[in-house]
Amino acid sequence: MTGQISLAKQVKKVLVGDHAVAEAVKLARVNVISAYPITPQTLIVERISEMIERGELKADYIRVESEFAALATVYGAAAGGARAFTATSSHGLFYMYEMLWWAAASRVPLVMAVVTRALGPPWNIHDEHTDLLAIRDSGWIIGMAQNVQEAFDMTLTAFKISEDEKVLLPVAIGLDGFILSHTAEPLDIPSQEDVGSWLPPRNPRIPYTIEPGGEPITMGNLPKNDVYHALLKKYMDESMENAKKVIAEVYDEYGKLTGRNYGPLTECYRCSDAKYIAVSMGAWSGDIMGAIERLRDEGYPVGLLRIRYLRPFPEEDITAWINGAKGVIVFDRDYSAGLGGVLASEISGFIPSNVSFEGVLAGLGGFDVSPDEFRGIIKEFIDKTEREGPIKIRKYWYIPKVEG
Amino acid sequence: MVTMTELHKYGTRKFIMPGTAACPGCPLQVGMRQLAMALDGKFVMVIPAGCSSIIPGTAPYTAYTVPVLHVPFASSPAVASGIVRAVRQRGNEGPVVVWAGDGATADIGFATLSGAAYRNEDILYIMADNEAYMNTGIQASGTTPWMAWTTTSPRGKTEDKKDVALIMLMHKVPYVATASIAYPMDFIDKVRRAMQVKGFRFIHLHAPCPPGWKMDDAYTIRAARLAVETGAWILWEYNQGKLTISPPSIPFKDRARRKPLEEYLKIQGRFAHLKPEDIKLMEEKIDRQWDLILKLAEIYK
Repeated sequence: MTGQISLAKQVKKVLVGDHAVAEAVKLARVNVISAYPITPQTLIVERISEMIERGELKADYIRVESEFAALATVYGAAAGGARAFTATSSHGLFYMYEMLWWAAASRVPLVMAVVTRALGPPWNIHDEHTDLLAIRDSGWIIGMAQNVQEAFDMTLTAFKISEDEKVLLPVAIGLDGFILSHTAEPLDIPSQEDVGSWLPPRNPRIPYTIEPGGEPITMGNLPKNDVYHALLKKYMDESMENAKKVIAEVYDEYGKLTGRNYGPLTECYRCSDAKYIAVSMGAWSGDIMGAIERLRDEGYPVGLLRIRYLRPFPEEDITAWINGAKGVIVFDRDYSAGLGGVLASEISGFIPSNVSFEGVLAGLGGFDVSPDEFRGIIKEFIDKTEREGPIKIRKYWYIPKVEG
Repeated sequence: MVTMTELHKYGTRKFIMPGTAACPGCPLQVGMRQLAMALDGKFVMVIPAGCSSIIPGTAPYTAYTVPVLHVPFASSPAVASGIVRAVRQRGNEGPVVVWAGDGATADIGFATLSGAAYRNEDILYIMADNEAYMNTGIQASGTTPWMAWTTTSPRGKTEDKKDVALIMLMHKVPYVATASIAYPMDFIDKVRRAMQVKGFRFIHLHAPCPPGWKMDDAYTIRAARLAVETGAWILWEYNQGKLTISPPSIPFKDRARRKPLEEYLKIQGRFAHLKPEDIKLMEEKIDRQWDLILKLAEIYK
């Protein structure tokens, strides 16, 4: 009802993923943006610069000399009370690494888009999720979009989630390099008026402000006792738990505003009667859904569990979705050296011993995996389980043959 | 100009609360107090890793009486850029100060420093230079002088001191100066003149460190004064196009009026291994530095 009214106020646009993220930043009326160019993130910051030049967005765009400085700058802006945003990819994200932890533990709200990309060497600008997943222990809430619309929605909702007093943790939104960042898709964009009433300007006093003449607050000096440090980590953990509820609440409101409803932490496609569950995150989930469709037509009772937020880790969702399943197959477009796929590793702990399990490493460095290939891999897993009973394969390297 | 009467007024004011973790004779407390006097205690400090991260003591307490953000080693100019943009948007025109050591400034944080300077961010940057990584236990930094002993230059540093103030001058920022904790009125005046200017302002504050320089705790101010009186540390000020030698250093333009360099060196254990020919070479380096600064004063008239 409310949704339908709001829906009428939305504008349909055709945008590439990076531009959709920029659009969300504009609608969120961000005060300070700082970033350093890296492919395939650059379109975001170029578009934001244009928006500021044209006066569509009243914000400071700070052209820094590195990603480390970009995050340090938006961190400072957030500590100074501003709503702040940055964006990066791959090596840029890794160059930020120290600041990622500092920003998260300082408990200031921040939003960052991570356009996922492989890490060198060799130099490779194509899609892989290893970069985003490498920050999973740092204290950032981590989301991963499936399409351009979701990249937009996730970015916009990120401000609301990050600034919530029960959360106060930075939010990173992942979108697949090129596959989403440079691919144009139609999307619905709510009006500035609607967004403005739902997402008012940031309250600079929450959690605290570092400003001249202000309260003499100190953030970051040594703890009197190391137990105090441990307590801060425990509080962070509690906030991560709170974030699960806040994310659900925010998407509930957002659904009423836009008519678009999400998981919110996970979504399960054709799972209600599924005996086998595939798991994935990001853009290739669409291709896996195509594979699921075909397998369903062939009589395979299979569904796809798509992880929308990896942090906080949606363990309740995962255990609920896989409850009663005969087999779980996880697709990782990432690799934790010496271990295997990150999703597979994190999920395997929730798989009962009598349930078949396989972790598939695919698409690393950005190579395409077609719906047909997904179909083949999933089919083989199901057939084998049906034939032999539960199997346990923690990592299977899917490496297609290369011509030439 | 700040007057003695005004300084006396601040005599009893506790800009830094007592009971800090600073070493006896710490120059950073002296310099920070002078900074606070200059700004009447109304500013924000961004402090990268270093002695000044430790000095205020442990949370939930702090000896500092202004809002402080402690930040990673290399990040302070960038963090301060963010803070200043955020607070200016809300109409707060107060001073945002980076208080950083030589390691954070000349070495690990040099890229963020250069970035903030070239963008001409509205920041006052104080580089409190104790001439080595003192907080980690006296390792050589980019501003450790030639031949100085440190734990990573046990036979004396082989490279010259990096001239950070001149590098900042070449960033074409509106205000750059050198200062010394032994000349509080000069330093306070410089901070206040810097605050009259909008944009990036840089003050290189010489801060002798007793444990790091292997000298008596009582010699902090004496060493800082001797550095100026021997001509080894030149006080100068560049303010929007004009470079001048600062009053305490004016007499020492004249080589003959400088005290013998040995007087400065002999109270510091870090130079105990110097041979007479080393001291001679050091004097030549000082002469060349004076030539350079005086020529710059001619150019930026």
